[in-house]
Amino acid sequence: MSSLLEVSDLKKFYKVDRSLGREKIGSDNRRSRASFLHAVDGVSFSVSESEAVGLVGESGCGKSTLSRLLAKLLDATSGSVRFCGDEIGPIAADSFTENPYRSNIQMVFQDPIDSLNPRFSAFDVIADPLRRLKHTKGQMLDSHVEAAARAVGLPGELLSRFPHQLSGGQLARIGIARAISVNPKLLILDEPTSSLDVSIQAIILKLLDGLRRQTKIAYFFVSHDLNVVRLICDRVLVMYLGIVVEAGPADIIFRIPHHPYTKALISAIPQIDPELREIKLRVDGEPLSPIDVPQDRCRFAERCPFVASKCRLERPPMREVEPAHWVACHFPLGIGRD
Amino acid sequence: MGNAQALLAIDNLSVEFRTRTGLVRALDRVSFDVSAGEIIGVVGESGSGKSVTAYTIAGILDPSAHITSGRIDFQSRDLLKLGGRARRQICGRQLSVIFQHPRIALNQIRPVGLQIEDVVRAHTSLTRAEAQRRAFDMLEAVKIADPQHCMQLYPFQLSGGMCQRIMIAMALSCNPRLLLADEPTTGLDVTTQAVIMDLIQELGKKLGMTAILITHDLALAAERCDRIVVMHAGQVMEIAPTAELFRNPMHPYTRRLGAATPGPVSDISELDIVPGSVPDLRRQNLPPCRYAERCERRIKECDIGPVPRVAVGRDHFVACKRAL
Repeated sequence: MSSLLEVSDLKKFYKVDRSLGREKIGSDNRRSRASFLHAVDGVSFSVSESEAVGLVGESGCGKSTLSRLLAKLLDATSGSVRFCGDEIGPIAADSFTENPYRSNIQMVFQDPIDSLNPRFSAFDVIADPLRRLKHTKGQMLDSHVEAAARAVGLPGELLSRFPHQLSGGQLARIGIARAISVNPKLLILDEPTSSLDVSIQAIILKLLDGLRRQTKIAYFFVSHDLNVVRLICDRVLVMYLGIVVEAGPADIIFRIPHHPYTKALISAIPQIDPELREIKLRVDGEPLSPIDVPQDRCRFAERCPFVASKCRLERPPMREVEPAHWVACHFPLGIGRD
Repeated sequence: MGNAQALLAIDNLSVEFRTRTGLVRALDRVSFDVSAGEIIGVVGESGSGKSVTAYTIAGILDPSAHITSGRIDFQSRDLLKLGGRARRQICGRQLSVIFQHPRIALNQIRPVGLQIEDVVRAHTSLTRAEAQRRAFDMLEAVKIADPQHCMQLYPFQLSGGMCQRIMIAMALSCNPRLLLADEPTTGLDVTTQAVIMDLIQELGKKLGMTAILITHDLALAAERCDRIVVMHAGQVMEIAPTAELFRNPMHPYTRRLGAATPGPVSDISELDIVPGSVPDLRRQNLPPCRYAERCERRIKECDIGPVPRVAVGRDHFVACKRAL
């Protein structure tokens, strides 16, 4: 498999105006230099052709920012993004619509009702990227839209309806049809099922899995639901406070997590089967503030049940502990520690 | 069912909403008991009537709602027959609610400490200083690191998990007998969810509190509840002790719902789906069993006459003419 997307040291900082909410931000607010919120703070990974890579983490860890950077909806502060070998990192999000790669990287948004234009019929929603990016017209347009609708199992008679006339599951299908209508190579899915009931979620997950097998589109799948990620993805990235703390094959990460944070995330998932409930590893408290986050220590140290003095003095580098399994922890679980 | 020890007994409860687009038959003859000291889960998809059930118990239904039949006995008194004043003495004090979106449920322009004091002072005869002390103690009980500082903060200064702790502190501040937790952890991270649920369980045990956990997450209910009520489109489908429900689901809907929930070992090909969707509750011609149109085991009898609830085991009830 060749690399479709290669990301290295990608960063997105937001400048913070300290004159607002001064007392909340921290004790070091007397300093006059500008502060930065480190939303994505040096992330590197790659996605191969037709591979599904999952991204998990708590809210506020930078999942959505990272997915928007990859979708070229946001400008990165620094770092490189190579798509099919070409550097697209520095291209401004505003002008990316003119880029030939625009149709190759498409996104499915989180909330189908909020992300669809209420004045667009289902047909127009799906046709919009075709019209704008491929300049498809007339009968060609009709047949492409119908094909996309068919691919996601949306009955043709629903194409004339507007978002408020459709159910959550149907809207989710339209969101996916819109994204795949221009034959992308990479689909970025930001929590595509989080607003759906389990019964509909199961249908959409099956649809996404089948679609990938048929079309060989690569997925970058963002979710806070680890069970969902495990079902869809080949590989998983675990993100914490702007950085990736663990990356590896999905089935292995779920069975043998090496980072205490990954372990805590997994053991926090409720399980129906009592036999699968393991001893809970609880992490209390909340992540550090992402504003001017310290660079010389482990960011998880404050919440880590296994914290040692080294964790507060030195930033753990990302290292490969097993083939294709990377972890950023001084004392990975199951390796050199019980 | 008629359980003599039941703290709360809901019997034959039907609720309708009169809306511009028609009559919504939100609850259809819902009955279940809650015994003192247990945590009972009410699960179902959206539109199953879980929240309407909770709101009916708490007496906070929308004015467009009409309770067309049934009774809700709380400590052997029918809540539905109580007048406003008598009811307010119970609701909020002996019976309290944790809402789904803590950030919306809390007052945005009042410090959270004062909001807890308001509840305490409305329901007890404590003085201001005593109420303040109680608020402090409650914040400590929900494991907030610096209660004194936290009391002065506004909801927007707190994270979702912290706001939910405030809601719990508020709900438990008057030592309620019954806690209604309506999706208390929806929208929170799994790690925070685990901590918040631990807190509810732990405090519940300590205070001898009974709880109704309303959730769409079958796995969460499986982990936290003693018994589970499965609802669909305003009807109770099945009631059973948790282990029994998952070991031996009798209603086709329960089995489908369980199989549609992604687990840690299953493959996507094993993931089941629930066909169709919840019927429009405004329809005139709703079948007696509202799951019938989605059910693969539907027979002619399903469309004739009401569906009786039958006992199929110890504390295990199912409302299905062709149970598994």
